[in-house]
Amino acid sequence: MTRAGRPRARGAALALTAALVAGACGSGGGASGDRSRSALSGSVTVFAAASLTEAFNQEKATLAARAPALSLTYSFAGSQTLAQQIIQGARADVFASADDKTMQRLVDAKLVEAPRAFARNQLEIAVAPGNPKHVGGLSDLVRPDLVVVLEDPSVPAGSYSQQALARAGARVRPRSLELDVKSALAKVTSGEADAAIVYASDVQAAGSKASGVTIPTAQNVVATYPIAVVRTGANHAGAAAFVQEVLSGSGQAALEAHGFLPAS
Amino acid sequence: MSETHKAGRSAGVRERAPTAPVVVAGAAAALFALPLAGLLWKAPWSKAWPALTSEEAGQALRLSLVTSVSATALALALGVPLAWVQARVEYRGRSLVRALTTLPMVLPPVVGGTALLLALGRRGLVGPQLDRVGVHLPFSTAGAVLAEAFVAMPFLVLTVEAGLRTSDRGLEEAARTLGAGRWAVFRSVTLPLVRPSLLAGGVLCWARALGEFGATITFAGNLQGKTQTLPLFVYVKLESSDPGSAIVLSLVLLAVSLAVLASLRDRWLRAL
Repeated sequence: MTRAGRPRARGAALALTAALVAGACGSGGGASGDRSRSALSGSVTVFAAASLTEAFNQEKATLAARAPALSLTYSFAGSQTLAQQIIQGARADVFASADDKTMQRLVDAKLVEAPRAFARNQLEIAVAPGNPKHVGGLSDLVRPDLVVVLEDPSVPAGSYSQQALARAGARVRPRSLELDVKSALAKVTSGEADAAIVYASDVQAAGSKASGVTIPTAQNVVATYPIAVVRTGANHAGAAAFVQEVLSGSGQAALEAHGFLPAS
Repeated sequence: MSETHKAGRSAGVRERAPTAPVVVAGAAAALFALPLAGLLWKAPWSKAWPALTSEEAGQALRLSLVTSVSATALALALGVPLAWVQARVEYRGRSLVRALTTLPMVLPPVVGGTALLLALGRRGLVGPQLDRVGVHLPFSTAGAVLAEAFVAMPFLVLTVEAGLRTSDRGLEEAARTLGAGRWAVFRSVTLPLVRPSLLAGGVLCWARALGEFGATITFAGNLQGKTQTLPLFVYVKLESSDPGSAIVLSLVLLAVSLAVLASLRDRWLRAL
């Protein structure tokens, strides 16, 4: 059930190298596509769910090579925070959410164009490296000797965690409901909490600072990540290019290398 | 402090105020008034009552009152002696201690909360020792009180220290020569002398503790009824699909603080 972060991280590095090589080989063929992309300029502001931090930072490097004149700025936070900021008029060009529900709020407000699913993510239990407290699964989280931290139900990860815990029939008493998934993970990596339910990609991003305990498919919840161009954004072409990049082969490979599942 | 206040008042009698500072002052006042107007404008008044009477909101409000008052009490117990030492005792490293005291005022509260975790958390500097004697501060109401006191106490210490420095030491010396003990002098001469700054500092400290967010959420987490104070509750609600109730609650927080500050200022807080 348990595995240390390190071997998997090494695997990710291999996959990453493979993706980069594949990307480099692929770029020779699509010359016309590249030309249209390199004509892009200006700045693009991407509002993205906190769980996308590492994967999107890699996309940044890929996109910088393809469209050097385009300057990319990220704002990572809980999806619900970002959605609220966009509703209040924050200048974003692209929004990538960790759930459909949050994206739907912007669709309903006619603030975004048609969203497209670009990745999926599963839940995992983050524990201290090597799993010293022998957490075996969701039902163990009710143990009184464990300090468990979850996310607030308004955060996508928090709402998924509640669903998963309900499926496992586990009534957990969390010590805190954090406001984004990275804060919950930080409580585990700092040693303040024994376990937190986060995304598989977050456990991988934590590297050697956390181990992951897999949650069986029957209990697990698969999160679908939608991405959309924000209508009120200033750089429509740049925004569309970013979305295209995320959906492209190299974008998908980067996401997979960081522990995400393909969208379909 | 109160002396200079009175002097300023009598010197500037009936002279027509110059235009430039008045215009700038108007802009400064607008900077404070505009955000408030925004809140008032967006507040869903029809939903105000259910928002205020929800169980969650009530819990958050009660918890906020309990923790902010406790934090102020803690700050008084620790901060008044500290202010006295800083004002009356000459020692090496006094300016270093003063800088340390001011630190939480310039430190981003989230960093303050992280620093508290690194010191008092399970794997912190002295956390394991605390753990052994059964003290677990993170994720507890006591932790929220401590985080608030950490951020708010400088307001008390600095105000009281300033009050002690400007108070008339001749009265204390007279009391000593008349045979009063140190404690008696402190209690019946020093404390009454600095009463205005003590009250001003205490109220400032309480107000800061009431609004505390960053250090609390980082050090104590966010759990309804235990560490979810009103600012944390408001923040969570602001990002939910129903931000209206959060705005109503922010206004309650504002009204409570304003009412207390205004009423105290007229009566006692000449020093402010």
